[in-house]
Amino acid sequence: MSHPLMKYLREDWMPTVLCAGCGDGTVLQCMLQAVENKNIDIDQVAIVAGIGCHARLGTGYIAADSMWPLHGRALPIATGIKLVNPNLHVVVLTGDGDCGSIGLSHFVHAARRNIGVLTLCFNNGIYGMTGGQVAPTTRRGAITKTTPYGNLEYPLDLCSLAETAGASYVARWTTAHPRQLTKSIEKAFEKKGFSFIEAVTQCPTYFGRYTLETTRASEILRWFLRNSMSVEQSKKLDSEELAGKIIVGEFVDTQKPELAEQYQIQSRLKK
Amino acid sequence: MPEVGGVFIQMEDEIASITSVIGASWAGAKAMTATSGPGFSLMQEGIGLAVMTETPCVIVDVQRLGPCQGFATLPMQGDVMQARWGSHGDSRSNIVLAPASPQEMLNLTMEAFNLAERFRTPTIVLSDEIVAHMRERVIIPRIEDLRIENRSKPSVPAEEFRFHELSGSDVTPMPTLGSGYRLNIMGHLRTEEGRVNIPSQNAPQLAFKLLSHLSEKITTGEWEARKIKTLYADDSRTMLISYGATSRTVESAVKEARKAGMKVGCARLVTLWPFPEEQLQTILEDIDNVIVVEMNLGQIVDKVREVVGRSTRVIHVPKVGDLHTTEELLDCVRKVAV
Repeated sequence: MSHPLMKYLREDWMPTVLCAGCGDGTVLQCMLQAVENKNIDIDQVAIVAGIGCHARLGTGYIAADSMWPLHGRALPIATGIKLVNPNLHVVVLTGDGDCGSIGLSHFVHAARRNIGVLTLCFNNGIYGMTGGQVAPTTRRGAITKTTPYGNLEYPLDLCSLAETAGASYVARWTTAHPRQLTKSIEKAFEKKGFSFIEAVTQCPTYFGRYTLETTRASEILRWFLRNSMSVEQSKKLDSEELAGKIIVGEFVDTQKPELAEQYQIQSRLKK
Repeated sequence: MPEVGGVFIQMEDEIASITSVIGASWAGAKAMTATSGPGFSLMQEGIGLAVMTETPCVIVDVQRLGPCQGFATLPMQGDVMQARWGSHGDSRSNIVLAPASPQEMLNLTMEAFNLAERFRTPTIVLSDEIVAHMRERVIIPRIEDLRIENRSKPSVPAEEFRFHELSGSDVTPMPTLGSGYRLNIMGHLRTEEGRVNIPSQNAPQLAFKLLSHLSEKITTGEWEARKIKTLYADDSRTMLISYGATSRTVESAVKEARKAGMKVGCARLVTLWPFPEEQLQTILEDIDNVIVVEMNLGQIVDKVREVVGRSTRVIHVPKVGDLHTTEELLDCVRKVAV
């Protein structure tokens, strides 16, 4: 018997190109489970991916309309799609480098505009596809291919950025929280405005090997659980106590006018 | 735009503008963006994506003096080669049209949409600072008088449609997102089944086929917009070649020269790329002197030299930041024409 979510995938394309133990598959499963649970017509979903490990999942493996275009530009492409066809569920798959580095301004502006795009960010804390270089989300002190003596820079908190910029829904989970992640994606599918979900994923090949000195996915997942802290818990602690923690949960859950819908209303009034 | 059921958005930068246009095009809209000089440089990445994904879209570039900031209010025709080659990776399916008047800004932009839709490729309206600031009477045609082309849609159901199949210079039909075709649109090299895991021994051959298709679809066959407009071409011994704003002074210089009895004519390139080689060759067949007038240090002149061969004398009259004066051009004509 085939996997119940296999109907969303191109089975003949398997196996994926991802490394053994990669967390991206878990996020993909959570996303497809949310599509299944919410009874979403997959033919009304348009997926736009960025460039990086996550992007290989976006185009090809999923049997849905999808684009695998340029590094960092998924969000403006998605904005164009959503404005022309607001009925589509536009889903952007992005990575921490894709979204937090090259595509940073698009990310901030998409959140600011509150365009109805579900943005799912695979954050492995490193540039995995290109060989383990330091990313804007890499922990301070971490050894990577381009920071052999330790990363001197501070990591970017993508969720707090999305919140500041004005997203309607913001949440973070790790691949050790698949149920919560699925629930958040379900919620985001129902949101009208811009939703941003950061999925902290394990990269055993680079992050695990360099930072935790393990290539075992299970050990990284346990490390995720040990270092995770709920949003509520984190509020009681100061920044020093929070150092190195992965704060998980919902940061924003609000309802405000969505751009494409507002545009349609304005157009009707102007006609 | 809301009044006519369209969408307008001012994006955060030019990269976002061109990429949102690409998204809009795949969602089924006819989409365009407009920029000037430096913004056009930023758009090259997206234009490369439009070429590789065969996305119909229109880009208006109002050329200004450069490189870099250059001088924002000075004109130049410096983007001729960038419009042709801009993106990395031997990208050559841009169609480039050069308007010389406000009326042509309108007509060629409409034409650009038709060409973009027909060939599934980015089409660039390469204007310049002078034409863009010009004020002249423009006749807006009635919609029923227009010839409007739309991209062809697949005629077969999704399961039979081969999205990535290449048939030489033919343009593949383009489905819209959300119409059940489960497209995998990508800027990556792919097999004709749309696969990206390509055995490395097959990749070069596959790349050659794809790039040839992208190039040949716009160069194969004749199409009416690939045009050159001429003045006194029949009995001229000397021809002035120009495009865009430059052609305005060229035309007045030619008229002056004719009054003085000189056998001088001019040809204005309306389509810059793909270069109208054969048409130009026919026009310049029995010409003794060819004078190429450009507002740059020489971008189209080499292409003209290639077309006319070594037996014809080609004189280049470069200038930047301002139009040539009629007198400057007449001086040049007097030296060669009789």
